[in-house]
Amino acid sequence: MITGLVFWVLGVLAVVSGALVFRFDSMARATYALAVSFIAVGAALLLLQLDYVGLVTVLMMVMEMAVMAIYMIMFMGMNPALMPMSMVHSRRTALGISAGVFLVLAAGIVTVPWPQRRAAPAADLTASLGETIMGSKMLVMMGISPVLFATVVAAVVLAAPRTRYDRFGDDLRSAPSDPHHGGVGR
Amino acid sequence: MGVAAAGAAFSGALSAGATGQRPVAGLLAPAYEAARLMRQRRRVLLGADRPLWRGGGGTLLVAAVLMVGVVPLGNWTLADLGVGVVWVNAVDVLVWAAAWMLGWGANSAHALVGAHRYLAQALSYELPLMFALVAPAVAAGSLRVGDIVAAQSQLWFVVWMPASFALFCACVLAFSLWGPFSTGSGPDLAGGVLAELSGVDRLLVLAGRWALLAAGSAVAVALFLGGGAGPLLPAWAWSLLKTLLVMAALVVLARRLPLLRPDRLAEVGWLVGLPVALAQLLVVSLVVLGRS
Repeated sequence: MITGLVFWVLGVLAVVSGALVFRFDSMARATYALAVSFIAVGAALLLLQLDYVGLVTVLMMVMEMAVMAIYMIMFMGMNPALMPMSMVHSRRTALGISAGVFLVLAAGIVTVPWPQRRAAPAADLTASLGETIMGSKMLVMMGISPVLFATVVAAVVLAAPRTRYDRFGDDLRSAPSDPHHGGVGR
Repeated sequence: MGVAAAGAAFSGALSAGATGQRPVAGLLAPAYEAARLMRQRRRVLLGADRPLWRGGGGTLLVAAVLMVGVVPLGNWTLADLGVGVVWVNAVDVLVWAAAWMLGWGANSAHALVGAHRYLAQALSYELPLMFALVAPAVAAGSLRVGDIVAAQSQLWFVVWMPASFALFCACVLAFSLWGPFSTGSGPDLAGGVLAELSGVDRLLVLAGRWALLAAGSAVAVALFLGGGAGPLLPAWAWSLLKTLLVMAALVVLARRLPLLRPDRLAEVGWLVGLPVALAQLLVVSLVVLGRS
């Protein structure tokens, strides 16, 4: 009973704050409305006893929204981030697509023959989730992580306007000339 | 809350001592300040984003209470979550959002610069903090804070993972915008995120900062200092006593260390803090492997 009530409150909160993202006229409010929506989704995952997944959702999404707000305000052209602005682009197409996607997904919920639960859930869902992801697929995970990391580093290197030749000159062993010096004395 | 108030009183006494007054006179300074702020009228700002501003101010205190929720006090825990360590981490990330909302909402340049300083600093300290939190969890083989306390019955974790403990304590100072990590609310910015706060709003934020410091100390006690373990006194009393001691140490330390510039902290956090945290984690993992 109480679980059901909490679920409905969280569900309504997630949907309403998600919709508010497009109603607000301020970048900052839209960003944090989205953060509230994600927190509600994370809390709903806690209700499913997926503690780890729920908390990681909250952790990652709040962190991401905090950084995203800064980037949106920094890179939005003509500085409209500091003015009231509409959060909607190509209103009709977007409305059509989102209504279509909602109908397809909702139809899926009703029409898919969901399987019956055959066994009891594991005692410690966090541990069994870790076993499932990391146990037999450890090699894949170990392979993916350096590739992901290399992608991040490569993207930053490509995006940075100053190359190592700007910093060091022709002799890469000399002391760098940086506008700001880092904290470890370089 | 009591621990936070005690910490504030202690800091007040230190301030009074530093300015040549009797330290006892400073003990009541936070209470006087709270009474003054409760009577002060709210400053109204043009173009302030009030929901975000007030929301950010309230979130600090809420985050502190949520963080204490998973820490065992003797054999009594508010919410003994199976993933308590992740909970602590998720709650400390809420401070990112709160600090930025505080800075943005005021519609003031000082406050916004303070918020950006805080986030720049947060990007530097968050990863060392995460890996410092992982070490006790790996040693205990559990993410539950109660299990981690129980795993220290033989030897406190601070003894064989001092680097994680030190990093965690530094990060407690950082997520409560305190001491060397208080550039976001520094006097050079006219108070940064605190610049435009007045009355009850200011009281809420200052109390939230103290509460975060207290909550962080309580987590440090549970993860590294054996929780309620100790002779004679009951477990809850030891937890409280150790939390008070850790907090007093952090307050004294924070007053003695210089401010760290957020732009320089990035290199320190990622080139020193992170490798140290990872090396400590490697040692802990090898010890755990050797044991099993």
